Amino acid sequence: MYVAVKGGEKAIDAARRLMDKRRRGAPELPEISLEQIREQLGLAVDRVMAEGSLYAPELAALAVKQAQGDLVEAIFLLRASRAAFPRFGYSLPVDTAAMRVERRISGTWKDLPGGQLLGPTFDYAHRLLDYRLARTQKPEKSVESAESAESAKSAESAEPEAGKPPSTPVPTHAGAAVPTHAAAVPTHAAAVPAHAPTASAAAHAPTSTTTASATPPPADEESLPDCPKAMSVLIEEGLLELEEDDGREPGDITRQPVDFPLDRPERLQNLARSDEGFALALAYSSQRGFGSVHPFVSELRQGAALVEFIPEELGFPVVLGEMEATECETVNQFKGGGETPPVFTRGYGLTFGRNERKALCMAIVDRALRAEELGEEIKGPAQNQEFVFSHSDNVEAAGFVSHIKLPHYVDFQAELSMLRQLRKAKQNDDRGDRI
Amino acid sequence: MTTEETGYNFAYLDEDSKRMIRRAILKAVALPGYQVPFAGREMPMPYGWGTGGIQVTASVIGPDDVLKVIDQGSDDTTNAVSIRSFFAKTAGVATTSRTAEASIIQTRHRIPERPLKSGQIMVYQVPIPEPLRWLEPSEAETRTLHALKEYGLMYVKLYEDISRHGTIASSYDYPVEVFGRHIMSPSPIPRFDNPKLDRSPALHLFGAGREKRIYAIPPYTPARSLDFEDYPFAPQSWSQVCALCGAADSYLDEVVMDDGGQRMFVCSDSDYCASRLEKGGRTQ
Amino acid sequence: MTLPVLSAVEVDKWYGRRAACRKISFDLHPGEILGLVGESGSGKTTLLNVLAGRLTPSGGRALYRDENGEERDMHQLSEAERRRLLRTELGLVHQHPRDGLRLRASAGANIGERLMAGGWRHYGQIRAEAAQWLERVEIPADRLDDRPTEYSGGMRQRLQIARNLVTRPRLLFMDEPTGGLDVSVQAKLLDLIRHLANHLRLAVVLVTHDLAVARLLSQRLMVMKDGESVECGLTDQVLDDPQHPYTQLLVSSMLQV
Repeated sequence: MYVAVKGGEKAIDAARRLMDKRRRGAPELPEISLEQIREQLGLAVDRVMAEGSLYAPELAALAVKQAQGDLVEAIFLLRASRAAFPRFGYSLPVDTAAMRVERRISGTWKDLPGGQLLGPTFDYAHRLLDYRLARTQKPEKSVESAESAESAKSAESAEPEAGKPPSTPVPTHAGAAVPTHAAAVPTHAAAVPAHAPTASAAAHAPTSTTTASATPPPADEESLPDCPKAMSVLIEEGLLELEEDDGREPGDITRQPVDFPLDRPERLQNLARSDEGFALALAYSSQRGFGSVHPFVSELRQGAALVEFIPEELGFPVVLGEMEATECETVNQFKGGGETPPVFTRGYGLTFGRNERKALCMAIVDRALRAEELGEEIKGPAQNQEFVFSHSDNVEAAGFVSHIKLPHYVDFQAELSMLRQLRKAKQNDDRGDRI
Repeated sequence: MTTEETGYNFAYLDEDSKRMIRRAILKAVALPGYQVPFAGREMPMPYGWGTGGIQVTASVIGPDDVLKVIDQGSDDTTNAVSIRSFFAKTAGVATTSRTAEASIIQTRHRIPERPLKSGQIMVYQVPIPEPLRWLEPSEAETRTLHALKEYGLMYVKLYEDISRHGTIASSYDYPVEVFGRHIMSPSPIPRFDNPKLDRSPALHLFGAGREKRIYAIPPYTPARSLDFEDYPFAPQSWSQVCALCGAADSYLDEVVMDDGGQRMFVCSDSDYCASRLEKGGRTQ
Repeated sequence: MTLPVLSAVEVDKWYGRRAACRKISFDLHPGEILGLVGESGSGKTTLLNVLAGRLTPSGGRALYRDENGEERDMHQLSEAERRRLLRTELGLVHQHPRDGLRLRASAGANIGERLMAGGWRHYGQIRAEAAQWLERVEIPADRLDDRPTEYSGGMRQRLQIARNLVTRPRLLFMDEPTGGLDVSVQAKLLDLIRHLANHLRLAVVLVTHDLAVARLLSQRLMVMKDGESVECGLTDQVLDDPQHPYTQLLVSSMLQV
């Protein structure tokens, strides 16, 4: 007797166990720790936080581990758990002008108040595989001591026995790393470019007691020079369009249904969590002429900003922690139209963590999406907000594309019968023609 | 209420989200066939795998409900198993494979053969809620077309089918006109199931998670499959009967038996088939 | 004297500080064809789109008298009413068939769409009506199931006209309907348009840059330059005895060709 596909439950369990086994890899190797992922695969963690829309480095590291390095899967894991966190409110706008800047460059001014600060970047590295990294290094005492010893004997610090990693996890930057037990700050990155110097990223914190790695400023912090926004120079001269906070509460695309056309805060929220690859392709297409954006990078800054929140029962802001963020502001030429004189216009990008490529792309696409508002001809997908909004989310996209793996027996059967019926009808017709 | 075991709220979703979804459902019931936008949540399953249906079920289910989940008509397909165990775990509700015993039936691609009763809720998983989507890609435009009841475009599609194939060639996801007003996608059920929607005593709720739309056919509401007067709607029919239970009135799956092209036809609704066999139907 | 079917009352359209149309007024009566002529950029297509309710004017009004004799301001209509009129009593023939046809649907479906939108639900009747209109625009009925992509340029324009006329509109807007066609194809199409307009007592607003087309089809002409009407009158009068220097220039350039 024919037995229909049964035993789904058992098969699912077995599949899960097999996946777990693959995740663990060779059992004789030590298991990778969340601290290692967070500290040594920081850019992966940052991307997962940005697109997962939750500022929680430890949870993101966990997601990367659980997803076996599949970042789109890790983003999905973080999103799904984020959706179940209760929310107790929105943070104050994050003041990115007051950021503790680690890197800050401008493509429009050779020099400017606060100076150019290269900071950590791949930009000028020669992209050669560094074979020294193939060998496991001895744990370093601290960054500072490593730096001072660097010129001395870097070769000696290499672990001679490659393939035999240290049994203890590599410690974090000594001195600086004092992980505080603070609330994680999941943010739905509602970035609203406001009139200089504040950009706001509405953030909310869950009541869950996740250990976050909100790192307070090091005690021996070098006092950095004041670092005002590069934009302010243009604003003073009146060459930059004025963008002022109109006091309206921005919508929240994760909490309210959206309706086209979207306003700019909603578009920026979407871009902030959009797939980096998609944003990159859109930005690139726009630069190549599918939509015309010829941006200058007014400023790209990356560093740590304070997240503040006003608890109802206190009535004054308290600091929830510090958040790493990358912000990009572009200026674009605009020839004016109607009543508007020629003026520079802006694109805005803001992401969690170190996400320069994403912040840059976001700013370009943000500007491209303003085509309608500025009366520009719409000729590329990057300028079409319905196209961008509906296809930018990789959790949605990956789910829908992969759902065709699900059984479609019934629909296929329906198509099969239809096709047979149509062919039969055609044969009869042909026979009829011959008679 | 939180279930002890999981740490998650009853049926996973938090109460605020459920309230929001229930409001959308009420609106959908008040405007039969109209697609209500709602702020869909990320669920711990991928989009396209039933997140819309799961959110609807999570919002209407209570501790006393009895849940049945089917995919392709069967309770045993992997995705049905996965969704059923999700609710068994997060809501602790009773589950069943028997259509008659279920108060809520979540489904993908089928409506059970056994006639539904008053008080039952059907929850459909919907991939593309917009019946005009293949004809008009812009959401802003399709919403306008619905608002103005401008459905010439839909009939262009049916006209083309007939002039090309001599029949309306949509075999599943066959559009219906609900309550004489909105044209609606019944989700990818075969058109065999369409007549079951018309004036059904059950409440039919449709959830599209990725597209963030909820719509409904309230009990006893007319749902007419689109057609022309001289080319009336006709559901699929088979010359075979079910090889297991002998049913001549059910939707049949074709099963390939060997490399020689041997086929057999069996009920797609596994509960229907099993209950007929229990009652002493034909066996082989 | 019948009442006008369309009245333009001081229609203005501004883009920033540039005027695309300035204070344009005219009346159009049933059965009458008005030609809007001028070089590209003179504002004639903008005016057409304002009159058809597709663009909002900066000032002035476009009044359409519907089949019940009621005067309707094209820009005060609800979106639903405007769209209903555009697929029943009004018609719009685009310069490019791809803007006015569904290229992926058959000719029959293209013609039948307006009928189906109006509630026709009998396939056989829709098809018969479509076939009849295909023949009226001089396309063999056995091309009914072909797509416009399989048609020649001239046939596509005929199909567009049939698609519009199937609901017996009272007013038709045409934007360069013969643009891009061979001269011999043009001549036949013009003949057809003239015949149909005459036969159906259609009022037509015709935009063209080609004075020869305007002379053949329209009883009256409006010459536009930089958004303004520089001369308006009976076609023969305007073309044979142009008063405005710009019209004189246009006419002389036509004769030289």
